[in-house]
Amino acid sequence: MRARRIIGSLAAGVLLLGGAPLAVGADTLAPRYAPGRAVYEKWCAPCHDPGIIHPGTHALMTKYPGGSRASGAITAWTDLPVSYVTFMVRHGISVMPQFRKTEISDEELASLAAYLARNTPTR
Amino acid sequence: MRVPPNVSAAAYAQALAEFAQAIGGEWVFTSDADLDLYRDAFSPFLNEPEERIASGALAPLSTEQVQQIVRIANKYRIPLYPISTGRNLGYGGSAPAYSGSVVLDLKRMNRILEVNEQHAFALVEPGVSYFDLYHHIQEHKLKVWIDCPDPGWGSVMGNALDRGGGYTTANYRNHFDSHCGMEIVLPNGELLRTGMGAIPNAQTWQQYKSGCGPWIDGIFSQSNYGIVTKMGFWLMPQPEAYQRCTVSVPRYKDLLPLVEILNFVENSRITSGFPDLESPLLGYPPVGQIQLWNETGPPKMSAEQLNLMKGTKLGYSPQIEAYGTRAGIPYWRLWLSFHGPEEVIQAQWRAAQRHFARIDGAKFAVVDQVKLPVAAQQATQYHEPELGVPSLRAFSIGARTPWNPTPSKGHMWFSPIIPRSGEAIIEANRVFSEAAKSLGMPLFTTFTLPACFWERAFIFILATPVTEDPKTNMHYREGFKKLIEIGGQHGWGEYRTAPVFQHAVMDVYSFNNHALQRFHATLKDAIDPNGILSAGRYDIWPRHLREKT
Repeated sequence: MRARRIIGSLAAGVLLLGGAPLAVGADTLAPRYAPGRAVYEKWCAPCHDPGIIHPGTHALMTKYPGGSRASGAITAWTDLPVSYVTFMVRHGISVMPQFRKTEISDEELASLAAYLARNTPTR
Repeated sequence: MRVPPNVSAAAYAQALAEFAQAIGGEWVFTSDADLDLYRDAFSPFLNEPEERIASGALAPLSTEQVQQIVRIANKYRIPLYPISTGRNLGYGGSAPAYSGSVVLDLKRMNRILEVNEQHAFALVEPGVSYFDLYHHIQEHKLKVWIDCPDPGWGSVMGNALDRGGGYTTANYRNHFDSHCGMEIVLPNGELLRTGMGAIPNAQTWQQYKSGCGPWIDGIFSQSNYGIVTKMGFWLMPQPEAYQRCTVSVPRYKDLLPLVEILNFVENSRITSGFPDLESPLLGYPPVGQIQLWNETGPPKMSAEQLNLMKGTKLGYSPQIEAYGTRAGIPYWRLWLSFHGPEEVIQAQWRAAQRHFARIDGAKFAVVDQVKLPVAAQQATQYHEPELGVPSLRAFSIGARTPWNPTPSKGHMWFSPIIPRSGEAIIEANRVFSEAAKSLGMPLFTTFTLPACFWERAFIFILATPVTEDPKTNMHYREGFKKLIEIGGQHGWGEYRTAPVFQHAVMDVYSFNNHALQRFHATLKDAIDPNGILSAGRYDIWPRHLREKT
């Protein structure tokens, strides 16, 4: 069945791209980033977790083929400054809407941005 | 500081001070930066002067605070616009219908008040999303299912009040129909409970819908007569198994008996899962697989098939039909799904096949057999909402993918209700494809199939893109309005629409010199004499604004 093939190849894609939720690797995360990761998991993960079944990740994979952004998964990026995360959450892009303060408060946004920027060297 | 229309700056300042006293200053938003967060992210008026914007936003935490806000708003004639989670994207988002209104953001009212496993219901506040309710049920290991639409961050209550739909079984897919009991803050600040909830110490508020006397719940959906602060929903007991099957038929004309038999087997409850129509020969996906097509690309087709598709008229040509027969590609495929005990499903599927077998050449296949429950991770192998699991995968629509190098800024759904028949599908294709072509609207490829959310009618959904170019957006807006009008001339009307099109849509519902709209206005004047609540929502305007519009 064609539909089976689509589903089959999709499942394989998820596997290759690391379909397991990032929280599994929680042990290695410095405790100060835990609140930011919680915000990520509630608000960002459904679109930005690894794998093409997440529309944000698929869009970023397509936009940045090759190089350090190729996985499309923002939790793994090494060039994601705090200011960029803050801007995107409050302004949105393409079909990603902006988020209100009743959804992600300024304090939560600061912790989210710190979490996502943790692998990005500060200048 | 922005000021609502017809309100003096001094009166607004006084009102804001009183709002702050009622709910706390940090939950009163007035800066441009904060209020821009309430813009409709999918507005077809993006960056144009007509875009609907908020003059303020208030985020209460309790029903009592909502009552206080409403009383203050009456005192100063402040136009309010309640939202639940504000994620009604494609249908208006978090922006007010009447520009300059103060948005009443109910997202912080996010308590799940009860999930009752024995009687299979939930009672929730407006800010509870499908994700929230799903996670709550999982954490507490409750054996009940939610029925969710594609965007899992939507409000359970808000989606029902805008009369949205989902993907499990027929009794639950219509979210307004599956509600049971409401609590409402009326425009004068008074608290009302509907159905059995009107009995003090009610014992069956979420078990019996209508109570006694006129059943008024309907007037609080797609309207502006009150602020719903609690709402009950019937949930489906967790089924034992799920099975998805297909019925494939070879000829164009088979669409007619295919739909006719679908209606019979569904209305007889031989099948009750979400039915879905596909055309393998014309390359039109079933609704539940659009996300797969966006993720892995459309199915590969031969050059001959693609070429023949271009030569079809209303999706038909004898040549493509012959090609389909030769290549073994069905013209139409109906997806049926079943939820329940394994032995019941097998009996239902056998009975369904017996009925569809009267179409000559019909072929049957079982595609998925799933023992329930499944973990959310396993559900990603399927269209999650059909397994009662919320997701945001549908946001692949319009997003950048290898097959869509120019992502959109969102979309507006053109979604008229048409009869549930093959003839109506063909007629809607004829009427709307001719109209779309003459209007220059990019809505059709070869043939469009409707969505089967409702048991007794189709929704003929067409996604109209929103772009960053105001000229293009204006062109699409005007075309969209024209399509609404043309639909109306054929007796078809939208089931739901964004505020910018609510006037055009309600104008179609014009029997007896707009008797329905005049009745809405009569209610508005009686229930909300100061016209403070959601002016303009579904084209219901308070008296002081009716003359102006």
